[in-house]
Amino acid sequence: MTTTVLYGTRVTEVPDAATDRDRLWLSFADFEKATGWERKPQGLCLGETCVPIPAGKHWIDERAERIDLAAFAGYLGQSAVADAANGVWGFGPATSPAVLLSAEAPDFTLPDLDGKMHTLADYRGKKVLLYSWASW
Amino acid sequence: MDVAGAAVVREFIRPATVGDTPQEILDLMGWDAELAERAGMPTYPCLIDREHVVAELYGIVNVPTAVWIDEAGRIVRPPEPAGMGDGFRAMNTTTFEMPAEAAADNKRRRRIYVDALRDWIAKGVRSEHALAPEEIQRRMAGPTRREALADAHFRVGAHLHRRGRPDAARPHLEEAVRLRPESWSFRRQAIVLSDPALTGQVAATTDITMRRSR
Repeated sequence: MTTTVLYGTRVTEVPDAATDRDRLWLSFADFEKATGWERKPQGLCLGETCVPIPAGKHWIDERAERIDLAAFAGYLGQSAVADAANGVWGFGPATSPAVLLSAEAPDFTLPDLDGKMHTLADYRGKKVLLYSWASW
Repeated sequence: MDVAGAAVVREFIRPATVGDTPQEILDLMGWDAELAERAGMPTYPCLIDREHVVAELYGIVNVPTAVWIDEAGRIVRPPEPAGMGDGFRAMNTTTFEMPAEAAADNKRRRRIYVDALRDWIAKGVRSEHALAPEEIQRRMAGPTRREALADAHFRVGAHLHRRGRPDAARPHLEEAVRLRPESWSFRRQAIVLSDPALTGQVAATTDITMRRSR
């Protein structure tokens, strides 16, 4: 059964994920595709942010070249919801977000009504009023 | 995600209708007639956030919420109600009429907010309304585990709904609302997804409950 992984804004279909209750084993390639985290000499990195892989962790299996995403997310303080019947795993935000470390506004890229993409960081040099409203 | 909502925006929000703003809308928004007259099509980018990305990144649980970001990309005011009070609670949910006192309070809150915003635009970091980084960090404590779990459920529910499986989506959306009852963003989205006919009609009343699909 194909497993759908919802991580950040990514929606990834993984044909051969090994799931077992609260474990979600992905090949290294699928893990990187599904999450954006990459394996580097210094640990696992998302852009400039790297976390070391603690020794003796059972959620990374170098021999089988796979990683348990559910456990890794737990290590980052992210919540996971597994819907086994529907083959969907969803991950929530980390409980200690990066914004706590600085007052820098988290960046995002979203489309306008015409589909043109806008990135917050492109507005550096100007004051920004980020105003949220809804269409309901 | 809220495709039906976007369609409603396209269909109903047109420049031609702006001059016909009814008194109920003025009262709710804290606008006076002159301000409503000046309304036009926005000249700033209006972005569509189907996945509630910004809400999750910034911890936004209701609208209207605003964040002030300075020229260097630093937050100087964290997410907070943008000049709105809870005067809508006094609104008659059938006629949408609001008692004069509540309408006046909405107007007052809006004026204070806009004045503060203008003060920051003029004075920048010297404005008393621009907060220090330590204060921003204090106010923007990260989500609790319960809130993060609610986000994960919401995400799974929204995904299943998009895939045309509303029955599989419903328990996740309900769980998200149960875990984070203060999130009107979740609540409204869940209501609209379970009953698309309600799109555009979901007022911010306190007596809305989740409805089963009919």
